[in-house]
Amino acid sequence: MPSMTTRKASWRAPSVLPGFGLTFGFSLAWLSLIVLIPLSTLFLKSAGMGWHAFVDVGFSSRALTAYRLSFGTAIAAAFVNAVFGLLVAWVLVRYEFPGKRVVSALVDLPFALPTAVAGIALTALYAPSGWVGQYLDPLGIKVAFTPIGITVALIFIGLPFVVRSVEPVLADLGKDVEEAAATLGANRAQTFARVIFPAILPALFTGFALAFARGVGEYGSVIFISGNMPGRTEIAPLLIVTQLEQYNYDGATAIAMVMMLVSFAVLFTLNALQSIRRRRLGA
Amino acid sequence: MIRVQNITKRFGNYPALHGIDLEIQPGEFIALLGPSGSGKTTLLRIIAGLEFQDEGHVYFDGQDVSDIPVGKRNVGFVFQQYALFRHMTVADNIAFGLSVRKARLRPAKAEIKERAQELLRVVQLEGLGDRYPGQLSGGQRQRVALARALAIEPSLLLLDEPFGALDAKVRKDLRRWLRDLHKQMGLTSIFVTHDQEEALELADRVVVMDHGRIDQIGTPEQVYMEPATAFVSHFVGETNRLPDGRHIRPHDIEIVTAASGRGEGQLLVDNVFRKGGAWRVEGRLHGSETIVEIDVDAHEPPPGIGQTVAIAARRARTFALAEEA
Amino acid sequence: MRRHAPGTESRTAQVLLIGLALTFLAFFLMLPLVAVFSEALKQGIRPFLDAVTNPDAFSAIRLTLIIAAISVPLNMVFGLAASWAITKFSFPGKNLLLTLIDLPFSVSPVVSGLIFVLLFGAQGLLGPWLSAHGVKIIFAVPGIILATVFITFPFVARELIPLMMEQGKDDEEAALSLGANGWQTFWHVTLPNIRWGLLYGVLLCNARAMGEFGAVSVVSGHIRGETNTMPLHVEILYNEYDFVGAFAVASLLAALALVTLVLKSVLEWRFDLHSGASH
Repeated sequence: MPSMTTRKASWRAPSVLPGFGLTFGFSLAWLSLIVLIPLSTLFLKSAGMGWHAFVDVGFSSRALTAYRLSFGTAIAAAFVNAVFGLLVAWVLVRYEFPGKRVVSALVDLPFALPTAVAGIALTALYAPSGWVGQYLDPLGIKVAFTPIGITVALIFIGLPFVVRSVEPVLADLGKDVEEAAATLGANRAQTFARVIFPAILPALFTGFALAFARGVGEYGSVIFISGNMPGRTEIAPLLIVTQLEQYNYDGATAIAMVMMLVSFAVLFTLNALQSIRRRRLGA
Repeated sequence: MIRVQNITKRFGNYPALHGIDLEIQPGEFIALLGPSGSGKTTLLRIIAGLEFQDEGHVYFDGQDVSDIPVGKRNVGFVFQQYALFRHMTVADNIAFGLSVRKARLRPAKAEIKERAQELLRVVQLEGLGDRYPGQLSGGQRQRVALARALAIEPSLLLLDEPFGALDAKVRKDLRRWLRDLHKQMGLTSIFVTHDQEEALELADRVVVMDHGRIDQIGTPEQVYMEPATAFVSHFVGETNRLPDGRHIRPHDIEIVTAASGRGEGQLLVDNVFRKGGAWRVEGRLHGSETIVEIDVDAHEPPPGIGQTVAIAARRARTFALAEEA
Repeated sequence: MRRHAPGTESRTAQVLLIGLALTFLAFFLMLPLVAVFSEALKQGIRPFLDAVTNPDAFSAIRLTLIIAAISVPLNMVFGLAASWAITKFSFPGKNLLLTLIDLPFSVSPVVSGLIFVLLFGAQGLLGPWLSAHGVKIIFAVPGIILATVFITFPFVARELIPLMMEQGKDDEEAALSLGANGWQTFWHVTLPNIRWGLLYGVLLCNARAMGEFGAVSVVSGHIRGETNTMPLHVEILYNEYDFVGAFAVASLLAALALVTLVLKSVLEWRFDLHSGASH
């Protein structure tokens, strides 16, 4: 039997670089302390409640209304963002126009602007007496303090997710592929529908899902514009806060758990779809 | 017949093509040969309609197609990196050109499918129709790209560096296969290449380009044996340039005995190595630093390194000075 | 017949699409930004200055700076350690580790606050023990820091991992072969290679740390002058109908966002850092 000549048996591949133990150990410890242990209390607390109690508060009619509102507005906003985010990404990648760099930088504003600031600014715009609201109000369109207002806030929050997901894929899509379609007789609309769109669809879907997941959990930008009327404009994250303020920790926990499972499910499905696609296309 | 008349093209301040004239007979296999920046790809793209000339005209069978968009010129174009649609199966890639036709001109679904299968047979990829391009080898992708271009039954086939992205062995096989295919189909074809060997092996006629101009149009034999310019002589095959202005191919120089009295110069041998079926002898011309390469029949003993031998030209060419610039 | 290159649109279509995109961005991004500054200065410069120099505002600014000054370096150290372990070594479970690092991105800010309440709050798992020892975490600064570190956890690591992955480990191996030790290699070879990426990550991390609202709101208790950060102070003023005050403090945060965007763009242009989907 050949004798082992490695210095020590190791579960990781050998490397000449030092510092694995230190950096890996520290990362894992810090990750556990900040993320894993705190998050697991949510699971522990939920498990401790018992199934019936969990369902009672987690799926009460008030909670169901809040989920419907949160998921509904998040989907609507993600959809608007998918359309306009694609348009913005397209314009930024394909065309030249003055001020393009400024516009490109501005797209990231929702990542940089604190959500509370966005919330009060949007309310100032869309309240019935606001900059934009005063023109919409006579038309009978109420934005602030309705689900439309929530959707507007979520459009603001989610836009960069779609733009930044689609942009690199669009930039990577070789010009030769479009030229190939043209030599084969396809017109511009056919080229877009059959060649470009299918190629960017996965990225668009990723952006949609990220915007959706972010929208479902969003709090700061929404609570100012939503009006927070229970049963009408009360989003799920607000309901958690309300439960907490009433010292109803079980209620807060159950609702939080449901929301978290949904966003994990969305992201997990997304990852699964992407890896299936990658395998299929052999890329 | 394809006629290219006085085509000029600039990209900004950079002149890509100056006054190109070219006539191509039906069924010909033409190579556009030149180094990068010679304008060969630009010319190909103008013929296809992917790029527009600033001046001049392109005629297909007497019709000026200069204002006809690429999709209506009925040309098959094979892109250097294949440009396959990654999200479509191989069969869908091939069927694309037929399926985007106007309803009136579009064959029935079953017919399109049949046509795709037939083309898969032509390019020897039967049974791979359901694969995605990402699951194929480079050579296979190349053939899918060709089948896709052929599916629209083009009147002209254009290929941009068709073998550029392949490794040497696949390249050679595919070259032979493409030549046979062209023979069978008789489709007028133009391909762009920077590889002189490829051009000489495949083409009926070779168009040698440099700096946006055509230096020579001729059969491979003519281009190799009777280069019109110093550039052609150096770009197609190897050439020694002697201080007296003569251009001589390595196999057109022979080593002669001093006694024969035919020696035109003395060569100090620096290096000798085997190159295919010949000895390649490298040395410096006596009295100058000019390096000369000679091919000596491998059946004969080569000169030794450090030896000085007498050499003579079998065949040499001189070019007008203006052309050497 | 007008010729335009295949693979692009006619100039008219381009102008139309650009116009549509810019109109959308003007309404949804530009206008809110303008509104913040305009509302803040609605009644002139005096009320604005009063609002931002008022002691409560001042203490909120101070707390926000302290929070960022503590949580950003913590995440920077973590980001460096995690990306070193992940990019320079191969070990089983690496993908799981990457997923776990990203986890805070997919948790609602409110839930991020909630978990710390469940852990350290008066009714929480460790609550009784903490209060017995006189340690206050929830409704106090430590809770705000914890929530902020959680929320900004992935920022630096996420920026560095792809960058260091791309750079490989040839440089480090070369340094080691020339006799450098581990620290020297990190300090003289790795760090200079990644410094702009690191700065980029720190920038985004800082913007989020200073601006976080939901998570901090849940753990802070909104005690004026004590546990009020700038975003929370904005909320309080707004709910008290002190709109000028709210927008005045908000405009400081908006200015911070603009500075962040400018620096971020400069880093992207000058150092060719990707501008991909960073959260």
